[in-house]
Amino acid sequence: MPNQNTNNVVEITSHASSHSQGIQLKSLNLTLNNNLLLNNINTVIPEKGITMLMGPNGAGKSLLLKCLHGLLNPDAGTLIFNAKNKPLAETKQAMVFQRATLLRRSVIQNLSFSAPKTTTQQELLFWLDKIQLTGKQNLPARLLSGGEQQRLSLARALINQPELLFLDEPTASLDPGSTHILESIIKEASDNGVKIIFITHDIGQAKRLSSDVIFLHKGRIIEHTDAQQFFTTTRSAEAKSFLAGEILL
Amino acid sequence: MITEAFSEAFRLISSGDSDLYEILELSIQVGSSSLLISMLLGLPLGTVLAISRFPAKQLAVTTLNSLMGMPPVVVGLLVYLLLSRSGPLGVLGLLYTPTAMVIAQVVLITPIIAALTYQVIDDLHNEYQDLFKSLNIPLPKAIGTYLIDARYSLITTVLAGFGRAISEVGAVIIVGGNIDHLTRVMTTTIAFETSKGELSVALALGIILLTLALIINAFVTLLKAFAVRNAYA
Repeated sequence: MPNQNTNNVVEITSHASSHSQGIQLKSLNLTLNNNLLLNNINTVIPEKGITMLMGPNGAGKSLLLKCLHGLLNPDAGTLIFNAKNKPLAETKQAMVFQRATLLRRSVIQNLSFSAPKTTTQQELLFWLDKIQLTGKQNLPARLLSGGEQQRLSLARALINQPELLFLDEPTASLDPGSTHILESIIKEASDNGVKIIFITHDIGQAKRLSSDVIFLHKGRIIEHTDAQQFFTTTRSAEAKSFLAGEILL
Repeated sequence: MITEAFSEAFRLISSGDSDLYEILELSIQVGSSSLLISMLLGLPLGTVLAISRFPAKQLAVTTLNSLMGMPPVVVGLLVYLLLSRSGPLGVLGLLYTPTAMVIAQVVLITPIIAALTYQVIDDLHNEYQDLFKSLNIPLPKAIGTYLIDARYSLITTVLAGFGRAISEVGAVIIVGGNIDHLTRVMTTTIAFETSKGELSVALALGIILLTLALIINAFVTLLKAFAVRNAYA
């Protein structure tokens, strides 16, 4: 049932309560430069599937992702991976940033940089094949196209076999072909049991990939619901406006 | 007179004048030793300063940047006071030896290498820090990665330090004393010979010094071009 809070923001809590084995976010607050940027975030992210974080710019999506990944320390709140009964920080995680951060080295050196020590050359070549960079292993990584760089970043994240993968708009500014390759790899990782939390502004992409959607606005969760429900029977005015392509201020 | 001085200078260089090449050898020995020690001190210092956080960090950076502009004669004077017979390290008897010149040059160029390293690594750290945190890269590996990935910029930094060491005169003349066959290097010889009016030796050494500077700069330019072409810069 939706809760009506003092700011007249509709919060759908039914989704959260149905996934008690997921990643539990309790009373998460984040303040930077005296601005409360994440305000009392409470939800349970399902253990499996792809959770989309959506909302207008400045809603707090990237900040929430960074808090979940441990790149930012929230002022208050707890993050627990219920299924493993351990703090979220202790889970095997990886993140792909909006702008690919690649070392000033060759493609294969970037891929092997953080790979497990037992990774063989064959495994590296397997990943290069998977991201369609076969034959480019000795090229300087930063000379690759935007799409290729992002694929390399994704492979570097996945080669460590994370339990949790955070994606911060990895396909922003990529062409449809590159987006398709990236989405296929992401989908496959999800099918293989990697929990994925994904930020996107692309509604089509969210419809194609997501199993549930968290909609944020002004640092608060406005709605967290199954993807199908979000795209068909959205309740909050903010999410409706966002989906209708209106400008949210 | 100038034409004669030039032709005599070229004759000294081409004939392999032993005195001239002894001076050149000592200059390179002192400069290289200073550079090696300064690299061992300055590269880690600049790197650690760039990637660490502590309350007085800005003060430390400002101090380091200020030390870059230390007048060589002041450095010479301080090292002289340190090594003179009545100074705290006077018992070592190092004054007026090549070792004293190395110490003075180390004091002079370590802040240059450390400050330039700080700038290079700080930029790289801003770019890499989230990635390293995300990939759980341990600190020693992160430091190694910074130094390797910034290699082209750091070589430029190191060569800038070498350029400063080999072309410096104020500090080495105070602590070295410009003693013939012992502490006489290119810059001190140029100053000394010019004051005597013996322009040919001074010019010969000047030509060698300029050639060295030219070779170093050409190398740096080629290195930078290679790094930019391969997106390693």
